[in-house]
Amino acid sequence: MAAIFQGAGAAAALSSSPSNSIDSKKFLFSPRRPYSGMKGASFVVVRSDGRASLDLNPKGRRAQQLIANAVATKAGSSAASSSSKPGHELLLFEALQEGLEEEMERDPCVCVMGEDVGHYGGSYKVTKGLATKFGDLRVLDTPIAENSFTGMGIGAAMTGLRPVVEGMNMGFLLLAFNQISNNCGMLHYTSGGQFTIPIVIRGPGGVGRQLGAEHSQRLESYFQSIPGIQMVACSTPYNAKGLMKAAIRSENPVILFEHVLLYNLKERIPDEEYICNLEEAEMVRPGEHVTILTYSRMRYHVMQAAKTLVNKGYDPEVIDIRSLKPFDLYTIGNSVKKTHRVLIVEECMRTGGIGASLTAAITENFHDYLDAPVMCLSSQDVPTPYAGTLEEWTVVQPAQIVTAVEQLCQ
Amino acid sequence: MRFLSESPSLHAHCYRVLDDNGQLIRHSNFIQVSEDIAVKMYSNMVTLQTLDTIFYEAQRQGRISFYVTTIGEEAINIASAAALTLDDFVFPQYREPGVLLWRGFTLQEFANQCFGNKADYGKGRQMPIHYGSNKHKYFTVSSTIATQIPHAVGAAYSLKMDKKDACAVTYFGDGGTSEGDFHAALNFAAVTEAPVIFICRNNGWAISTPTSDQFRSDGIAVRGQAYGVRSIRVDGNDVLAIYSAVHAARKMAVNEHRPILIEAVTYRVGHHSTSDDSTKYRPADEIEWWRMARDPVTRFRKWIESNGWWSSEAESQLRSSIRNQLLQAIQLAEKVEKPPVKDLFTDVYDDLPPNLREQEKLLRETINRHPKDYPADVPL
Repeated sequence: MAAIFQGAGAAAALSSSPSNSIDSKKFLFSPRRPYSGMKGASFVVVRSDGRASLDLNPKGRRAQQLIANAVATKAGSSAASSSSKPGHELLLFEALQEGLEEEMERDPCVCVMGEDVGHYGGSYKVTKGLATKFGDLRVLDTPIAENSFTGMGIGAAMTGLRPVVEGMNMGFLLLAFNQISNNCGMLHYTSGGQFTIPIVIRGPGGVGRQLGAEHSQRLESYFQSIPGIQMVACSTPYNAKGLMKAAIRSENPVILFEHVLLYNLKERIPDEEYICNLEEAEMVRPGEHVTILTYSRMRYHVMQAAKTLVNKGYDPEVIDIRSLKPFDLYTIGNSVKKTHRVLIVEECMRTGGIGASLTAAITENFHDYLDAPVMCLSSQDVPTPYAGTLEEWTVVQPAQIVTAVEQLCQ
Repeated sequence: MRFLSESPSLHAHCYRVLDDNGQLIRHSNFIQVSEDIAVKMYSNMVTLQTLDTIFYEAQRQGRISFYVTTIGEEAINIASAAALTLDDFVFPQYREPGVLLWRGFTLQEFANQCFGNKADYGKGRQMPIHYGSNKHKYFTVSSTIATQIPHAVGAAYSLKMDKKDACAVTYFGDGGTSEGDFHAALNFAAVTEAPVIFICRNNGWAISTPTSDQFRSDGIAVRGQAYGVRSIRVDGNDVLAIYSAVHAARKMAVNEHRPILIEAVTYRVGHHSTSDDSTKYRPADEIEWWRMARDPVTRFRKWIESNGWWSSEAESQLRSSIRNQLLQAIQLAEKVEKPPVKDLFTDVYDDLPPNLREQEKLLRETINRHPKDYPADVPL
């Protein structure tokens, strides 16, 4: 996977050290086709202390860089970037759109395809305005044939384009499973590396507000086994934009999971260009007593529970794992080694979800550091009911999280 | 109130240039073919036929694990490839190695893939006959049926965005047209006005399913109109007809930005694959009749001989030469070592991620501990 740097939080600090100041324009790569710039390129690494150095070993970058305050907290509270350049406020779906638009401007090979993405602007308005700006060919409205337009995207990707395929709802991508598993994940391997598929597949998923069972699916459970794909889940406007850009630039097929209920989250994000690393987890709240691993919408339930827990005297460390495939076992491992207790809070169902795999990975790798068995809170193994009260109780609620932490810390 | 009939009163016309004896049908219009091209097409068809015979035997002898023949469909393979340019993208199903052969894939390269050795471009990861070569713009065969059809539409879309003087071509059988991907890809190609040629090898059989159990429409060509796609039915065993039709289709696709559907009617003389014995579901004399009386190679030979471009000396020379080359290629491919163990883990992603690095380490440790349980011809 391409190693990409994360510049935003530290870039802020740069502006105060003129001798080492970096022009933010230097972060921009010149578009060229076919885009294969990542491998072997050297990167400007921006350290959290503001110094910049030319990093010729992108993989060693991890040891140097702290993922300090790359946090999206609730609107209004301070984030690292607020201490420097003002940035601008926007909603999560606008952040996705901004990331997509910037990448489309930067690289003419980036195109969008999906149902109603063109002049309608997408069912959640992520592609709003793009068809007018880039034309009908680059923002393509497809007929209702998920397997086929995903297949189209794969064919286009193999011949040099960088398509972003939108599933109107992640659940509909079940129809595209054949193309995603058999071709998207496989063709780079079976062709002996001759054909690459730099496709991004994205869409809203997760349990919403009374959308019914068919529109409340968590596809990350089903896709996680497919070799050859990467999966990331965004949860804040900041990481939504950063992950969208990183996913588009990646040479591997990436599935970007958005959540139906998070599109209207507001946050102030930097004006400068930045990218989030696809394989990194995000430290939301450092702590000492217990490691809570979560992603997407459950992050907010966890943070709500965290407030209660802090009042009760606990100090939870909250990590948004962000990278669902592969797991960032480095960040997670460091946390486990510190707190010795792990709680996973996910929206997937109990059986075969991300939590199940994560539990196995942590137990296998960090067994010696655990003072208690890994706890995993998931949704029940039921189709999501339509009735609001029932739906609420299929999903993990903050009260359950508080109880679980109390149990874990006994 | 008038319902459209479920079947037309007349079957869709089938375009033909040569009759069963390889003579030009009077008043047929076709694109003239030079002696060079005609002889090259014929040689390639003979090569394909010989390649199939030898490799099929090799599988029966246990030297390769699997094979799929193209017997009876040589004309579709070679003549369509000859009518395209090397800039056109080809998305095959699995019964079109002739297209790759025409484009310059060598007999050794075919053998290497079938033996899965170190020289295979697919690095030994796929089954035999799953050829792929980016330098020949021939996209790696994927076993799944009809999934390549939307890929071709995507590639055509990419060519259209780049305003290239090229088109995408995809092949599939009669069975493949039942898949949802066929329907949506045609629909989509029409809507996006994509420069793509859809070539259906209607060979009568999808493993053991005859076309009467596959669909009730009048073949495949009539379906084009349902999607707004121009289409034609062609005698798939007539080299000149296929050549002309694909040539004309390409021109329309590239200049007018439209998809074209070509139904090439033919017969699958061989079994579906080496895992199949088709005498179990169809009469042996039917197979024999198509193999002898309707052989596209013999038919075209009669035409080039009647033009004075070929002789029986040339024939025996060519056949023995190809046969020798093939036997040598097989012998050589058999001896080349297999790809190393590390290629089990590379190319899943662009770089090796930590979990795969760990898995490779574990595998090597296991191999070290139990060397006798692992094949000796796979280098570590």
